[in-house]
Amino acid sequence: MTGKPKTTLCLFLLLCMTMPLLLCGCHGSREMEAFQVPEEFDTTREYEITFWAKNDTNKTQTEIYEKAISDFEEIYPNITVNLRLYTDYGDIYNDVITNISTNTTPNVCITYPDHIATYLTGGTNTVVPLDTLFTDEKYGLGGTEVLFDSVTQEEIIPDFLEECRIGEHYYAIPYMRSTEACYINKTYVEALGYTLPEVLTWDFVWEVSEAAMEKDENGNFLVNGQSVMIPFIYKSTDNMMIQMLKQKGGDYSTENGDILLFNDTTEDLLYTIAEHGASRSFSTFKISGYPANFLNAGQCIFAIDSTAGATWMGSEAPLMDISEDKVVDFEIEVMTIPQYDTENPQMISQGPSICIFNKEDSQEVLASWLFAQYLLTNEVQTAYAETEGYVPVTSKAQNSQEYQEYLSKSGEDNSEHYEVKIKASQLLLENTENTFITPVFNGSASLRDAAGQLIENVVKSVRRGEEVDDEYMENLYTDVTSLYRLDQGEASSAGKKDLGPLPQTAVILLASLAVVWAFILIYAVAGRRNTGK
Amino acid sequence: MKKKLVLLLTASVLLGSFSAPVFAETETEESTETAEKSDGVMTYEEYIAAEVDTEVVVETYVQAKQSWWEDTATLYTQDQDGAYFIYDMACSEEDYEKLETGTKIKVTGYKSEWSGEVEIIDATFEIEEGSFIAEALDVTELLGTDELIDHQNEFVSFTGLTVEDSGDGAAFLYSWDGSGTDGDDLYFNASLNGETYTFTVESYLCDNTTDVYKAVTELNVGDEIDMEGFLYWYEGVNPHITSVTVK
Repeated sequence: MTGKPKTTLCLFLLLCMTMPLLLCGCHGSREMEAFQVPEEFDTTREYEITFWAKNDTNKTQTEIYEKAISDFEEIYPNITVNLRLYTDYGDIYNDVITNISTNTTPNVCITYPDHIATYLTGGTNTVVPLDTLFTDEKYGLGGTEVLFDSVTQEEIIPDFLEECRIGEHYYAIPYMRSTEACYINKTYVEALGYTLPEVLTWDFVWEVSEAAMEKDENGNFLVNGQSVMIPFIYKSTDNMMIQMLKQKGGDYSTENGDILLFNDTTEDLLYTIAEHGASRSFSTFKISGYPANFLNAGQCIFAIDSTAGATWMGSEAPLMDISEDKVVDFEIEVMTIPQYDTENPQMISQGPSICIFNKEDSQEVLASWLFAQYLLTNEVQTAYAETEGYVPVTSKAQNSQEYQEYLSKSGEDNSEHYEVKIKASQLLLENTENTFITPVFNGSASLRDAAGQLIENVVKSVRRGEEVDDEYMENLYTDVTSLYRLDQGEASSAGKKDLGPLPQTAVILLASLAVVWAFILIYAVAGRRNTGK
Repeated sequence: MKKKLVLLLTASVLLGSFSAPVFAETETEESTETAEKSDGVMTYEEYIAAEVDTEVVVETYVQAKQSWWEDTATLYTQDQDGAYFIYDMACSEEDYEKLETGTKIKVTGYKSEWSGEVEIIDATFEIEEGSFIAEALDVTELLGTDELIDHQNEFVSFTGLTVEDSGDGAAFLYSWDGSGTDGDDLYFNASLNGETYTFTVESYLCDNTTDVYKAVTELNVGDEIDMEGFLYWYEGVNPHITSVTVK
């Protein structure tokens, strides 16, 4: 009897060790074989791929995606592309996360590198590294067997391409790029006795904003004669904090994901923001509404938003959310965001990129890659860039006759050649070397959210009459750290997201282990009793 | 249109996590002339008079649940005197399930205004005894008047409007400019006395499985319709429609 329990115990232990492997075997998507570029693309087969794309709630952008697909399918009749449209990056991100676990990811997906960093944690080889595809002689960038005018790697703007590198590999190609711009009611700035400087500074914006708060005896603001005036509104406060820190040389994070946001420079910035939040000369999109609506109604002087939101800015803007009777006529100026060091301007680079998800069929992945590449062709790049204040990501498209002609017609009309939109694009074209991105790691999306949350909380607090002092800051840092789980080593990339119930396989695994250990225990107890006898 | 973007940002993973809303029936339970309030609770009049960014405490009744996500709930609520839109209130999923049309809640939060929509944010709540289901107030005659805003967020009805072209002959659009697809908000125009107004089927409140969503996708230009919904505001009146009846 003494030998038998040991053998049984070994079997149980073996079962314990192998069960996880067996269960993981069910998770094919999470342990996928690394993609290898096929020798040849098999054109005798039919492929159906899915493309999850994002538009800025802009019908023209939707039409451009549809046309790109149609044109691509003409070139490759054996590839069918199914488009699924989103209007929010967050929705794409959440759906991808959900679909990674069920092996139902899209083939091609518009995304941000921050998000890819999290996708990469969803399993082995989930996202296809593109290095070997870039350089593949036949099907790579500018490849000999590609059936359209493919761009070469050298023709992708290097700064933009580098933003798609995570660690040692490229996991995306850039699709469109934008930055932030300050859309200014120049009429009101001058009415207040100021002249716009060559380079906008934070001091200038704060000073003019405070000056604009003066009211008449009836409580209306002198500058606009209205009861509402928020001189300075920032759309994305995460960008605001990130760019202020960058310009100040303050810490944010290391490349490896060490979180450095909660520092003295941040605190100094928050005190300044609190001062202007308290006077109501500064507010945010989340607190008050879209900067464009206030700007166009003559209720805002400095509206900071993406260059990709330029078509909403100005009295003559082609897109408008407020009624005509509320629109105020004013001269608009488009400038870079405020700077601390005018000799060394710095601004964020943003905009969608494209990643490819791995599949068991390498031919399907190759078909996906061909479509992704097609989105870099001049026709798609220039058409999409012209819908907003985006810029094409290839020098080939930027230098094309069509795009140059488009830029040269700035202001000829208030639709396709809307001056504000083209000025916004030119702002980025002229400042590409002054753009930066923040380090990408699993959790960098949460850190970004936290950076914005600091500003939102401080502004809300001062508006509510709370005292913002050292104790407040200490609590704020603690609260925001906790909210975004930044103290847990690996921040949640989904923001303050509820992780939800365990996947079914995990539940099965844990239950199996519990049963196995129960058997071990029972067997051990029974063995002791037998020995005792 | 743009408020939708905010909602997308803040409620991006809840698709499927909210159930089809149940709307007010045409009966009123525990109906009184004015709402009686507990100690320390504001009357509707006091709530309206309160400055933006001040703390408010109200007792109100759930009229519809818009969404739940990451322990926050967005609700259309109303008492006998007026309505309160509760945005992103702290609420566990378990508590959210307890909220039904008519449920009385005591809400403590901050009064806020976002693009014209007056709402309560950063709120907490507790469920109280009591029930009230508002009847839809017919505000058809108030369309286009300054008085309409006095009924902001209330459950209201519109009668005898005519469906107008929303663009290219379409009776409705997916998303504000037609850039959306099935499942997105629906926008449609309807006129009365020569003036045209825009109405929305807010997809978090009424998704594409609901009767109203289906009814709007089957509208034709020229149809005469009656509607019910909540008098939401976004840079002007932006009713969130919950039922449409073609006459």
